[in-house]
Amino acid sequence: MSALSVTVSHTVSQAVSGGVADAVSGAPWAVLAQGSVPAPEVDYGAIGAMLVVFAGACLGVLVEAFFPRHVRWSSQVVLSLLTIGAAGVTFGWYVGRSTDPVTTLSGTIAIDRPTLFLWGTLLALALGAVLLIADRSVEPGGSFVGHTAVARGGVREGVGDGAAPGGMRTEIFPLTLFALGGMMVFCAANDLLTMFVALEVLSLPLYLMCGLARRRRLLSQEAAVKYFLLGAFASAFFLYGLALLYGYASSVKLSAIAEATAGNDRSDTLLYVGLGLLVVGLLFKGSVGPFHTWTPDVYQGAPTPVTAFMAACTKVAAFGGIVRVLNVAFKASSWEWRGVLWAVAIVSMVVGAVLGLTQTDIKRMIAYSSVAHAGFLLVGSIALTEQGRSGTLFYLLAYGFTTLAAFGVISLVRAGDGEATHLSQWAGLAKRSPLTALVFTFLLLALAGIPLTSGFVGKFVVFTAAVEDGMAPLVVVAVLASAVAAFFYLRVVVLMYFSEPASDGPTVTVPGVFTTVAITLGVLVTLLLGVYPAVALDWAGPGLAFAP
Amino acid sequence: MNGLGTASLAALMALPLLGGVVVALLRDNERLAKSVALGFSLVELALAAVLWAGYDPDGARLQMTSSVDWIAAVGAHLSFGVDGVALVMIAVVALLGPVVVGAAWRESLPAGRTQGGFLSLILVQQGLMVGVFAATDVFLFYVLFEIMLIPMYFLIGGYGGARRQYAAVKFFLYSFLGGLLMLASAIGAYVYAAGRLGHGTFDWATLVGVVRDAPLSTQVWLFLGFFAAFAIKAPLVPVHTWLPDAAAEAPIVVSVILVGVLDKVGMFGFLRYLLPMFPQASQELAPLVLVLAVVGVLYGSVLATGQRDMKRFIAYVSIAHFGFMALGVFAFSTQSQVGAVTYMVNHSVATGMLLLVIGMVIARGGSTRIGDYGGMARLTPLLGGLFLVAGLSTLSLPGTNSFVSEFLVLLGSYPREPVYTVLAALGMILAAVYVLWLYQRVFHGPVRGDALLGAAAGPGAVGDPARAKVPDLSARELAVLAPLVVLVLGLGIYPKPVLDVVTPSVSATMTEVGLADPVAQGGK
Repeated sequence: MSALSVTVSHTVSQAVSGGVADAVSGAPWAVLAQGSVPAPEVDYGAIGAMLVVFAGACLGVLVEAFFPRHVRWSSQVVLSLLTIGAAGVTFGWYVGRSTDPVTTLSGTIAIDRPTLFLWGTLLALALGAVLLIADRSVEPGGSFVGHTAVARGGVREGVGDGAAPGGMRTEIFPLTLFALGGMMVFCAANDLLTMFVALEVLSLPLYLMCGLARRRRLLSQEAAVKYFLLGAFASAFFLYGLALLYGYASSVKLSAIAEATAGNDRSDTLLYVGLGLLVVGLLFKGSVGPFHTWTPDVYQGAPTPVTAFMAACTKVAAFGGIVRVLNVAFKASSWEWRGVLWAVAIVSMVVGAVLGLTQTDIKRMIAYSSVAHAGFLLVGSIALTEQGRSGTLFYLLAYGFTTLAAFGVISLVRAGDGEATHLSQWAGLAKRSPLTALVFTFLLLALAGIPLTSGFVGKFVVFTAAVEDGMAPLVVVAVLASAVAAFFYLRVVVLMYFSEPASDGPTVTVPGVFTTVAITLGVLVTLLLGVYPAVALDWAGPGLAFAP
Repeated sequence: MNGLGTASLAALMALPLLGGVVVALLRDNERLAKSVALGFSLVELALAAVLWAGYDPDGARLQMTSSVDWIAAVGAHLSFGVDGVALVMIAVVALLGPVVVGAAWRESLPAGRTQGGFLSLILVQQGLMVGVFAATDVFLFYVLFEIMLIPMYFLIGGYGGARRQYAAVKFFLYSFLGGLLMLASAIGAYVYAAGRLGHGTFDWATLVGVVRDAPLSTQVWLFLGFFAAFAIKAPLVPVHTWLPDAAAEAPIVVSVILVGVLDKVGMFGFLRYLLPMFPQASQELAPLVLVLAVVGVLYGSVLATGQRDMKRFIAYVSIAHFGFMALGVFAFSTQSQVGAVTYMVNHSVATGMLLLVIGMVIARGGSTRIGDYGGMARLTPLLGGLFLVAGLSTLSLPGTNSFVSEFLVLLGSYPREPVYTVLAALGMILAAVYVLWLYQRVFHGPVRGDALLGAAAGPGAVGDPARAKVPDLSARELAVLAPLVVLVLGLGIYPKPVLDVVTPSVSATMTEVGLADPVAQGGK
């Protein structure tokens, strides 16, 4: 708890400028504590994994402060991997003991089956992302800027500046762990205020991480600023919605809001406006169209390992939150909001698929693909059935690993001035690097949803849930969007296999151990979940109830 | 015997996949890779013979069945089995295997491609096609239906002609879109069945038993999803445009597989999935399909007549023939449907042979334009003779295999659908026009055309018919065509083996639709 509350107060005051944070931070905490302040019951076993991650992050800050420069990278890598490993062990130990839903910390954190599924997914994805971040063989010295203050310069910006010859800033590791911790809290948050705090804990490190690219500094910094500004807006929306919902239900607890919506003696205006604003904030984080406008720029500008982390883990956390909020707090009022989210899902799928067609940069293309996937995920999320929940969770797991591996491969294909992200540079890749082309083709087919990949099973379970919940027309739209999206994935396959390579085309770097492990992990999971999805479907399957 | 049959069915699917891997590994040694591929395809043919021998035409609806749970959470199984229709199609797949490998022996591939890689993809394609016909679980069928696109996509896109990228992508997207619409319908059927049974399943027999009683409005929607997939695959007319491009750009042997087998999955789907699962909707919407079928017959015939490119010619001929098959299926009589199924087999044999012969012409002249050839019969009498055999079979001359099936389709369709049948019969006349005209232009008259007298014919021969030298069929080419000639004549004179196997399965389908034969009904 101590680690959490330190972070909490710290971040809230940092997060939202001035008055809003002050005004809110007083009142609802007092409400939660009901006047007197009893020490909350803490189930340390249940939240152990989360605590380990935050403790690791704090240790990382200390390492950064006290260790000499030349051992920082190695110690940070070891520390981060150990932290995630220890969190995994703690998590495994708890799951082995019990998976019954419990709430702890005065009911602000719910550890139930969805939480556990999402935590497991997040930890595994974060492991892959940290491996990608730690790799220094692909880009000599690592993908990150040597000195944060380096603004911009020639082609070799940031390489070999005096401060850190060939080295990289290692703050990225504790920042990753803080973001991971925030995501874990976000999925488990059982009241809106905890959720908001977690949202900030996960967002602030991400804003920074986006700006740390070693190459193309200007693009990277633009991405960071854009993400920060739009993210701050989204947070404000979320907070405003939270305040209105507090006015509506006199509580920020999800269960209390659910009780309030069951009756009909309150102001519906507060409910709808509050819900609307809240959902806008959540959809922004999940990069659901039409709240996706930051996605292509940020995906393109951020260092590729960070993009991988964001694309995989943030999506999991955001949709974990969306599923919980919709299922726990707003199930009874689903008639009122469902139509709106239908429209949002359609917009997201269509925008992602159609704009993806026009992209010429591979990172932007995957970004639009992620918008389309967010639409599919939303289709599953608004099916408020057990199938809907388990389908969405499975989809998140599948999509996370595929995306992680895809960005891992993208980081390998390089030209003289860094990554070769322009599509034309990928022409004829299969001739020079058949294995890389094969792996990337497999991942693209998974993103397109071809059978025997996890992407297909994900789509299948989500669509089935949607049809079962009476949303057949939405599924037809989703199916058409899938077909459109398949075109741009296929275009890359065509380029790689059937086009003549450009004479000054990019080379494929032989990946180091870390990147190899991360890509292999992603590919194997994509294949396994495609061929034998029962492993994860059973886990995400029946009895997937949320804690009360 | 059944155990042996089940094992041979599993081997029929696994062996080509294994062969594909082995051949891909051997691709550096071209000669060895080709021999190994031929070996695998011959063993495949032998296995198909074992399967055929073990099949009892009067036995159960599905035979050689086996089933393993796959994804319990969604009720999907790895289950396989064959009925008469699936059996004859699997036999066609196995038969075309060695023919195709033999025909591809001297295939000139684009720079940088190896024979081993090419044959490896062909073997994988073969295994997946057997799987599609043998699947008896709707989910599994969908999975194989989509996976099957991938080797074909690489075969067209990697080894085809100048516009191969465009053709490959067009082929893939059309089929993928159709497949996705089918997926939506399959999910719909699954959800409907789950509501009735209390648990979801994709088992074909179970699903048929439940969904066939669904209300008409539900059936129509689900019908349309499946129909879209099969109509694109078949292909019926408004969604046929991918086929001429794909067939024109693909290497000849790939076109043989594409037109000979892959497209038949559409007709197979009509019979196995569409009619039994949605009998009411099938009857209600039959006029729609019949219109598309007849339009396909006439439109395909007219366009085939007007083609200047031999490969595109075959594509339009096939579209016309697929129209005949669709007419037979949706005329709802045992005779017409038996005709449609035998048409599936005979079209593979006849059109496959015509394609191969055309491929041999193109290999000699280096051009696909009809106008580049003329009077070839003087130079290559054997090739000309076999071209005529394939052509006569394609235009359904009595005594050839296609005549039997076309006659059955028209005979069976007439009592119920006289107007459509008469219109479709015009296609038979047009068939004589386009086949004989093509033969006349390419083989008769004085030796002429750029391909025979141009630069490609070698120094000295340019412009001089007397000195033009074009080799006649080699022993390899004769060996490739021989089995097809035997089948063209054999099945034309004695079609009983195929009819015996197919008829009980088609009768079962008619029972599932719930319709009696019009002849029996009307007492004629």
